[in-house]
Amino acid sequence: MIPGQFEYVRPGSLDEALRILRDREGEAKILSGGYSLLPLLKLRLAQPALLVDLQAVGGLDGIARTDDDWRIGGRATHRRILEHDGLAAEWPIIRDTAGGIGDPQVRNWGTIGGSCAHADPGSDWPAVVLALRGSFTCRSAGGERTLAARGFFLDTFQTAIDATEVLTEVRLPHAPGRTGSAYVKLERRAGDFATVGVAAVLTLDDSGRIASAGIGLTAVAETPFAATDAEAALVGVVAHDEAFGVAGGIAAGQARPTSDSHGPAEYKLAMVREITARALRLAASRAHGTA
Amino acid sequence: MTTQHVSVTVNGAVREADVEPRLLLVHLLRDVFGLTGTHTGCDTSNCGACTVHVNGESAKSCTMLAVQANGASITTIEGMEQGGKLHPLQQAFWDQHGLQCGFCTPGMIMQSAWLLGTNPDPTDHDVREGIAGNLCRCTGYVNIVKAIQQAAAELRASEPEGAGAASA
Repeated sequence: MIPGQFEYVRPGSLDEALRILRDREGEAKILSGGYSLLPLLKLRLAQPALLVDLQAVGGLDGIARTDDDWRIGGRATHRRILEHDGLAAEWPIIRDTAGGIGDPQVRNWGTIGGSCAHADPGSDWPAVVLALRGSFTCRSAGGERTLAARGFFLDTFQTAIDATEVLTEVRLPHAPGRTGSAYVKLERRAGDFATVGVAAVLTLDDSGRIASAGIGLTAVAETPFAATDAEAALVGVVAHDEAFGVAGGIAAGQARPTSDSHGPAEYKLAMVREITARALRLAASRAHGTA
Repeated sequence: MTTQHVSVTVNGAVREADVEPRLLLVHLLRDVFGLTGTHTGCDTSNCGACTVHVNGESAKSCTMLAVQANGASITTIEGMEQGGKLHPLQQAFWDQHGLQCGFCTPGMIMQSAWLLGTNPDPTDHDVREGIAGNLCRCTGYVNIVKAIQQAAAELRASEPEGAGAASA
């Protein structure tokens, strides 16, 4: 498969990249790891006039812990995130997710910012950032803004990023005490795109009731989305299996899967119910410190 | 369409070409440089037959543009044999019957070499995880795992204590 023709530039700084995006607004597409974009180019589902390769732009691939939050550079690879012990200790969901993306070669090159900006409803990171109520920092030649994950994913392959912006950072909050998180992915074979993926985070209060809940769903709607009805239903409830089963049913009520090679829509709804319950159970057991 | 100049170091030798930006790295290696040891399998980044090393990291060369690799150092299967002697992985695939048709073997060996560079003493499970992006339709993988373990043991024995692939 041969991609359509395009120009290619490799700016040496973020400022230079942003100038190019401003001057060629609407024509340019950003190239990060390439493991999402190149398949689309080969299928000619994307035919940009210009590719702006960020590989020579420094300072975008770090993982930093600040007093306020975690800041993961947009060009941090899945592998770098997978191997970050501090992040995994606070948010086990991160290691669950990173380790299940593609295969070692994909994780060597694919990046979290590329994955989120690409906004394939089957990609795993968006559901996690949604569940954790994280945000995306986007930079343009005109300045910087921070966009909450909730509201960021507009449609399949469409986000709130402007054509002149680069997604420079993914920000995740710190985990409060008695918090557990998990990502559970149903896939037909190892390393495949999710049939259903569920990101779950639960914070418990001293009595074992759920103080806050976050649920993000992969691959069962035109965008990744937060199962807000199920989240609301869990708050104030004692964390136990029955409540998680109920929450799975409510989450399925917000899902809009389509029938495809991963299975019929009805099956996917059944799997949303089950995988949501499993992800919540694992998150709760981690919150209790038993997993 | 305008072309762009690329200069890459392949198996230690500098090679240059003028290419369309849309040319894939695997096609640069095979069609322009004549290095046909790297195979094109699925062309969709699933099968791993096209795996090479780019600046030391394993990559599927069907999912990288030649212009992305401009300036990079690339190792292909042709670079594994040294001085007429097969690389321990190549010898081990031979010894352990780690191939039948052989189509996946170049990519399998390049991915195995990357794996042993990051994890010189893997469990069988680590090996299977490490080659999860490389498909073999003949062997059932059992002899591939044996071959990688044979090579891992040999490479560990040949490395001085405390040195070795951890710096890769």
